[in-house]
Amino acid sequence: MTVVIQTNGLGKRYGRQWALRDCTLGIPEGKVVGLVGPNGAGKTTLLNLAVGLLAPTCGAITVLGGPPSDGPAQLEKVGFVAQDTPAYAGLSVGKHLLMGSYLNANWNQELAKDRIDQLGLDPRQKAGSLSGGQRAQLALTMAIAKQPALLLLDEPVASLDPLARREFLQGLMEIVAEHAVSVVLSSHLIADLERVCDYLVLLVASHVQLAGEVTALLATHQRLSGPRRDPRSLPSSHEIIEESHTGKQSTFLVRTDQPILDPAWTVKPVTLDELVLAYMGRARNPSPGRRSGLGVAP
Amino acid sequence: MIRFAWLQFRMQAAVAAGALAIVAVVLALTGPNLVHLYDTTVASCAVHHDCPTATTDFTDTDGPLQVFLDFLLLTVPLLIGMFWGAPLISREFETGTFRLAWTQGVTRTRWLAVKLGLGAVASAAIAGLLSLMVSWWSSQLDYVSANPFDSLRFGIRDVVPIGYAAFAFALGLSAGLLFRRMLPAMLVALVGFVAAREAVTAWVRPHLFTPLQQSLPITTATPVSIDQTSPGVIKAFENTRGISLPGAWVYSVQIVDQAGHTPTTSFLSGACHLGNYGPLNPRDCTARLAATFHQLVTYQPGGRYWPMQWYELAIFLSGSIVLAGFCFWWIRRPVI
Repeated sequence: MTVVIQTNGLGKRYGRQWALRDCTLGIPEGKVVGLVGPNGAGKTTLLNLAVGLLAPTCGAITVLGGPPSDGPAQLEKVGFVAQDTPAYAGLSVGKHLLMGSYLNANWNQELAKDRIDQLGLDPRQKAGSLSGGQRAQLALTMAIAKQPALLLLDEPVASLDPLARREFLQGLMEIVAEHAVSVVLSSHLIADLERVCDYLVLLVASHVQLAGEVTALLATHQRLSGPRRDPRSLPSSHEIIEESHTGKQSTFLVRTDQPILDPAWTVKPVTLDELVLAYMGRARNPSPGRRSGLGVAP
Repeated sequence: MIRFAWLQFRMQAAVAAGALAIVAVVLALTGPNLVHLYDTTVASCAVHHDCPTATTDFTDTDGPLQVFLDFLLLTVPLLIGMFWGAPLISREFETGTFRLAWTQGVTRTRWLAVKLGLGAVASAAIAGLLSLMVSWWSSQLDYVSANPFDSLRFGIRDVVPIGYAAFAFALGLSAGLLFRRMLPAMLVALVGFVAAREAVTAWVRPHLFTPLQQSLPITTATPVSIDQTSPGVIKAFENTRGISLPGAWVYSVQIVDQAGHTPTTSFLSGACHLGNYGPLNPRDCTARLAATFHQLVTYQPGGRYWPMQWYELAIFLSGSIVLAGFCFWWIRRPVI
C-alpha cells in the first residue's frame, strides 16, 4: 500500500498542552479519506503539519514521500483547503484565480474558470461578500486548479448550511471522479463523510482508533442483541467495541471476521455513524468489561 | 510572486502616488513664486538696508504650507510603519489568509522577500521623493531661516527621511509578524519609531563626528549676561548671538580663562555690580571679563551636514536590514 501521509510518533505541543501526541498513521493513496474525530482530537493540527504550516515538536511526518512544505515543488503537490476557507476579502473571485496562476507553476486556469462558471460565481465579486458556501467553493477551486496529487480539506463544511454542504461535497465528488487525486477530508460530521469517503481514519486524542475501507469496516462490525449475557462468554473472535445491558437484555457492538452463528442473537448491521460513536466512546472511557472480553475465554 | 504582491499592494501604492502627485502640483505652483520673492527681496536687501524686515517677510511666506509640509514629512514614516508595515503580515494572521497564501507553490521565505522588498522600496521612494520635492521647494527658505542642523529640520530634509521610512516599515512588519495582531503592531510601529528617531537625534547624531572647538574673544558688542543662579552663586552666561560660524551646529559656548576655568562667584561679584536685573553696567562688566576670559565654542562645521545625513541614513537602513533579518528568521518558525 502506497501512502500519501505517513506519520511516526508525531507530536505537536503548544506550551505545556499537547495538540497531537505520539501519532502514528499511514494514509493510503488514491482514496477519499475521511479523517474523523471529536473536537480537539488533533485533526486540524495533523493537517496543518501535513502542509507545513506547523512544524512538529517531535516525531516525523512525510507527505507524498517528502517533508511538508520543503520548497515550491512540495508545496505544489498538495492542495489545501484550510478551516473556515479563508479568502482575501478585498480581492475579487477573478483576482483569486489570478493569484493562483501567479503562485502555482501547474495552475490550470481553464479548469478554475470553468468551475467558477459552473458554480455561477461572478468573477468580479469580492470574496468578502461571498456566502460561506461560495467561499468554500472558491477555496476548493483554488486547491484543485493547482492540480495537486493530494488534496487536504480541513473541516470544509463545518460552518455551512445543509444545502451548501451538500453542494460542496457534490463538487468534491465530481473532482475526485475527474482527477487522479488523493483526498483527505477532516470532519466531525460523520453523515457527510459517509457520502464521499471510501476510507476512514478515526482519531481520538491523537491516537488512531480505527482505520480502514468504509465497506470493510461496515462488513466486519455487527450489532448483536439478545438475552443478557456476560461479555466474557462471547467467542474470542468477537472484539467488543460497545456493550449495554438492561435487566434482561444485552446489546453488543462487535468486530469480527466470522459469521454470527449463535441463534440467540438478533444481528443488525451498523451504520458508520454508530460505528464511529462506539469507537469514540470506547476511547474515552475504556470499560473493564472490554478488557476482560479481550482476555482468555472462560 | 511579484505580480501577486503588486496585485495586493497596488491600491495602497495608488493612494500614496496620488497624494504625492497632489503635493507635487502644489509645490510646482508655489515654488517659482518663492524663488522670485527671494531674488527680489532678500537677495537685494543689503542695498536697501532693510534685511531684517525682508527676511522676516520672506520666511513668513506660505506659512501654513510650510507648517503642513514639515508635519507631512514628520508623519509620513509613521504612517508608512503603521498602515503599510504593521498590517502586512498581522492581517494575514487575523483573517487566516496566511493559510491560503503560504500553501501555494511559493515558499514562505520568498513570499516575505517579495512583500518586504516591494514595501520597503515603495516606502523609501515615497519618503525620498517627498523629501526631494520639499527640499527643493524650501531651499531658499531654509537658507534664510533655519540652521541645517536644527533638530527638526535635519530629519525632514534631504536623504534622512528615506532611512526613516524604510525603518518604520520594517519595524511595523516585524511587530506584525511577532504579535500577529494589527493594533499592537501599529502601536509598536508608532512608539518604536518615535523612540528610535528621538534616541538617534539626541544621543547618536551629536557623536557621529568629534566636534571642533574654537576660541572667540568676548566683545562688548555682545554683552555677557551675569546672574545669581542661587543664593551666593553668580554665573556668567555666554551670548551665542555674537558668534559667527555660518551653517555650523553649535553644541556649547563656555566662558573660560586660559587654564579652562570658568569665572568664580568672587571674581564676578568683584568685577560687576549686580542689581536686581543683572549687572548695573553691562559694558564695563563685559570688558573686565574679556580681559581674562574668552568664549570657547564647541561645534560641528557646516561642511559636515551631508556626511551626517548619509551616516544617519546608513544607521536607519542598517536597522531596517536587522529587522528584515529577524523577519526571515522568525517566519520560518511554526505557525499556530
